[in-house]
Amino acid sequence: MEVAFKRTLVISAIVMIIIAVGVFVTLLIQSLPSLKLLGIKYLWGTTWDPVSNVYGALPFLIGTILTSFLALLISVPFSYAIAIYLGEYKPKGWLSAFLKNIVELVAAVPSVIYGFWALIVLVPMVRALEIKLGVAPYGVGIFSASLVLAIMIIPYAASLGRELIMLVPSALKEGAFSLGATRYEVLMQIILPYTRSGLLAGLLLSLGRALGETMAVTMVIGNTSLLPKSIFAPGNTMASVIANEFTEADKTVYLSALIELGLVLFVVTVLINILGKAIIQKFAIDI
Amino acid sequence: MNESSVKYRIAKSKLSEMVISLFAFIIALPLIAIIFYVFKVGLSKLSWNFFTNIPKPVGELGGGIANALIGSLIIILIAALIAVPIGILCGIFLSENRESKISYYSRLAVDILQGVPSIVIGIVIYFWIVKPLGTFSALSGSVALAIMMLPIIIRSTEETLKLVPTSLKEAGLALGLPYHKVILKIVVPCGFSGILSGVILAVARVAGETAPLLFTAFGNPYITSNILKPMQSLPLLIFNYATSPYDEWHDLAWGASTVLLIWVLLLNIITKLIAKRWKVQL
Repeated sequence: MEVAFKRTLVISAIVMIIIAVGVFVTLLIQSLPSLKLLGIKYLWGTTWDPVSNVYGALPFLIGTILTSFLALLISVPFSYAIAIYLGEYKPKGWLSAFLKNIVELVAAVPSVIYGFWALIVLVPMVRALEIKLGVAPYGVGIFSASLVLAIMIIPYAASLGRELIMLVPSALKEGAFSLGATRYEVLMQIILPYTRSGLLAGLLLSLGRALGETMAVTMVIGNTSLLPKSIFAPGNTMASVIANEFTEADKTVYLSALIELGLVLFVVTVLINILGKAIIQKFAIDI
Repeated sequence: MNESSVKYRIAKSKLSEMVISLFAFIIALPLIAIIFYVFKVGLSKLSWNFFTNIPKPVGELGGGIANALIGSLIIILIAALIAVPIGILCGIFLSENRESKISYYSRLAVDILQGVPSIVIGIVIYFWIVKPLGTFSALSGSVALAIMMLPIIIRSTEETLKLVPTSLKEAGLALGLPYHKVILKIVVPCGFSGILSGVILAVARVAGETAPLLFTAFGNPYITSNILKPMQSLPLLIFNYATSPYDEWHDLAWGASTVLLIWVLLLNIITKLIAKRWKVQL
């Protein structure tokens, strides 16, 4: 009994390793046909035309990078503001408890609901903005997708940042205060330098989230396989093109090319996540 | 240092505090607005028929989401049945064997799986289950969701059990209890609330997952309880109907969004209450 129990425990741990390795191997094997046929130029081909059997992933790579980084750019001031407010200015009190709960609840909203909301509420607003700016008023597109993504990342990045800021030893802050530093100076010269590596890791983890987000992006990005000409143009990300075309892919190469996108997505997000977590762990140990 | 420079520094500090606070609360507005908007539009769509009927063709009134409700319940239940035992066992292993080589790689695997985009899990399960069986099925959707639940359950189990004092374990062993009884009768009950909140949190996380179900559970306009056939789920229904051009279907999607949102928020609140009541760290 005792041996059997211990063995079951070991097996359950090994099952996790098998699943993780299995995911990678499956993606690799299934994308072999496209890897063989298209080779490395798959990554910078600009045309994606399944009908004439041409597969270039560049439009999706660009689309993914544009949406994710734009989302990160938009979200950073807000998520850091929340993190600083909750972590440093007002760690207690009903107003911050309220803000903290809101942030945590919003983090739980399913992405398909964000997508639906964005499609009905955000897209018309973006369209109005585009008319004002004098660009083609699609409404849907890279910019709309970035906005939704930004809203979705903020709660995650904010709670991560708040925890990091709360880890700053109060002795350091008190030391600075006793020397006559203002709150702003403590923030800029003690807290931010101290948490720099952790906040960078937070950015990485948020980026990992943004890269893999599928549903909300799929619903508002406009889904075209053309190279996006501006941030207001419709486009596609790697995740959204998989979601859209996977069940329609009728040719082996077509399907395999889509899976290769999944493989790229997998490798990139895994690297980003491991790097981010390693930095955060080191940060927590250093303190 | 003269007085005006001190005043300048204080003013700068005050101003920055105001700007940061303002930013923090400005962004809270759209976040709250999203939830309110869904409730405002969706609550009016809910009725008895909405819960008991299946979707009607475009143009007919009185469609409901019974197929998606039942489907979601079945898919998540099976996912939990798969993920909870494996997850808890693996969590026990990781907290018991902190330094071994297997735990290192297992922990790495859990980290990797936690970061994998959900759509990638969908692709993989398509090749693991859908293709061999030859048809989309609720079962494959459950397996996909189970893989997404595992890291959350493992992590919360591991973290909770690490906090159980070693003296308790040693007391059990000193009394001559076999190892598995020490674990199952002493360690696990001590960390029960933490494990439970981890499980509920995992259910809450996957309840709204759409991407891994696209190529697995696939969706089905009718009620079915056959887990080897395609099955509808709430998020899938929302996605399909939200992106359709018909107003009736949008209404259905809003109602379904409200139900899903209430469900997910309730689960999250329950988790928080458990965590608060028993001071669990998640």
